[in-house]
Amino acid sequence: MAEVALRNVTKAFGDTVAVNDVSMTIEDGAFVVLLGPTGAGKTTTLRLISGLESLDAGSIHIGGRDVGADTPAQRDVAMVFQQYSLYPHMSVRDNLAFPLRSPILRTPEDVIDRKIRQIAEVLQIPHKLDNKATELSGGEMQRVSIGRALVRDPQIYLMDEPLSSLDAKLRADLRVELKRIHADLGSTLLYVTHDQIEAMTMATHVGVLESGRLVQYGTPKEIYENPVSVYVASRLGLPRINILPADLFPGAHRGAQIGLRPENIRQGEGIEARVLRAEHLGDQTRLHLEVRGHGITTLTDPHRDYGQSETIRISPHNPLYFDASGARVL
Amino acid sequence: MSSFSITAPSGRVKWIAGTLVIFYALITMIPLVWIAITGFKSPADAIAYPPKYIAGSDSDAGFTPTLEGYVNLFTTRTRQTQEYLEANPPETWADEIVRQYDMVIVGPSKFGERFLNSVIIGFGSTFLSVFLGTLAAYAFSRFKIPLADDLLFFILSTRMMPPIAVAIPIFLMYRQLGLSDTHLGMILLYSGVNISLAVWLLKSFIDGIPTEYEEAALIDGYTRFQAFIKVVLPQAATGIASTAIFCLIFSWNEYAFAVLLTTANAQTAPPFIPTIIGVGGLDWPAIAAGVTIFLLPVMIFTVLLRKHLLRGITFGAVRK
Repeated sequence: MAEVALRNVTKAFGDTVAVNDVSMTIEDGAFVVLLGPTGAGKTTTLRLISGLESLDAGSIHIGGRDVGADTPAQRDVAMVFQQYSLYPHMSVRDNLAFPLRSPILRTPEDVIDRKIRQIAEVLQIPHKLDNKATELSGGEMQRVSIGRALVRDPQIYLMDEPLSSLDAKLRADLRVELKRIHADLGSTLLYVTHDQIEAMTMATHVGVLESGRLVQYGTPKEIYENPVSVYVASRLGLPRINILPADLFPGAHRGAQIGLRPENIRQGEGIEARVLRAEHLGDQTRLHLEVRGHGITTLTDPHRDYGQSETIRISPHNPLYFDASGARVL
Repeated sequence: MSSFSITAPSGRVKWIAGTLVIFYALITMIPLVWIAITGFKSPADAIAYPPKYIAGSDSDAGFTPTLEGYVNLFTTRTRQTQEYLEANPPETWADEIVRQYDMVIVGPSKFGERFLNSVIIGFGSTFLSVFLGTLAAYAFSRFKIPLADDLLFFILSTRMMPPIAVAIPIFLMYRQLGLSDTHLGMILLYSGVNISLAVWLLKSFIDGIPTEYEEAALIDGYTRFQAFIKVVLPQAATGIASTAIFCLIFSWNEYAFAVLLTTANAQTAPPFIPTIIGVGGLDWPAIAAGVTIFLLPVMIFTVLLRKHLLRGITFGAVRK
């Protein structure tokens, strides 16, 4: 396990700058989650670290060593791809053994056998070891490809939305499992996702990417409580933060835009809001409101019913302020 | 009530389709069966009219099967005097067969050598085309090559005229280079014709293999070449097998260049078989026997690889 440091990393494909001047240090033993929508440069960042793409500018150090000219094999990284990564002509066992049998590791067969059995237990696939890779369900395939990374002891694990193709229950199980593996092994992980629950539950640090730029890097708590912009604030929190013109609410404001998460909306006093509809989700109820043409989504008491076109009163409580361009105003 | 589907064919349609296919298969089999039967006839029965086609029958359509054709195909024989024949009784069953024409076997014929030439040249050029074609197709599929589209078009354009159109320049070049009537010359020539087909077919197959597999192997600690061998090649097996069949069929059956460029040392079976001369005319049973043996390798090769061929006919368009 090692520290991974990116310095002014830049990569362009034709006219599109996929990763733009990104600098960050992934500390030894950290679980870093990269957040951002499709096209923000998350996957390209992983591929640059793994060596599957070459750098246009900047440098990458793994464990203090500049790996800019190294092949993927020399960098000693493990990667879980979003899809398509099991070797279809091999059995599950051979897939898991493949990295251990590489010319770089050359692991003895008895060690391979022990490691595979251990990983198969963790991933709940011991009965599938002798199946061909193509005979597995989508969820099993993805578990095997996670397993193929976990059998190794690399400098860093790189994971590209590994859970996105799994069903909800398995995703929850594996989230816990990955977190446990991270805690047990003290491994360094860089994990790409657009699922904020994965980011919040697993990460020690979160990096938010916007159009190839790293706009904020910090603990999940910092990112949630102190976002630097509307963009970052929109990445975390369900329902999403409501961004409204500040003058919608009476009183003095620090910025042109006001950001209200459900916990920033006090119900019962303040301005009038019309209830458009209430979504009962069981443990919570989502309330869709309208204030002078602006939609607001918040949470409310799951046991209360709302009538058609009922009005309630709401007021901001410790809101976040942003200027007209979306930057945070403190 | 049986279940009804608008996409699955009904039992009656399946029955009609099956009957048509079997009927078509029987018709296309007639020439092959006729050749196989003729190989076991005597020269007189082979050209009899009305034709004889029921082995071992006493009816008008019946003939007595004999291995005469095969014996004549593999041996050289001379006519001998009665005194010599009486002094030397036949030793083997083959000797007895040729005795009925007052002949004795004096040695093997050229057929074995010619057949071996066909095997060396056919399989040699198939191996060379598929080997080079796979490497070239992988490079075209995976790497950024300057002018890749133009190069691919150039490779395709080598097939745009019939190969025999360049027969005279090739004949002159081969004479200058000393490649006339050599195995190497024929292997190079057939590979040159086949390689464009091999590159194009294999490129479409390799294009269909996602690059994620190789990337995974690179990260798993393998070099690109090792990833190619361990991950790409096994998945391209279907494409390689069907390409090999197409290449083999061409070089195995090629006749025009074989007639033009080979005379003795490297002559293949196709130009040799029609020259088998019998007593007082063409020896049809021997020719039919030669053709039967000549057809076998391609048939066996195709049957062995048929599973790959059937999947390969989609040319990588549909995976899995």
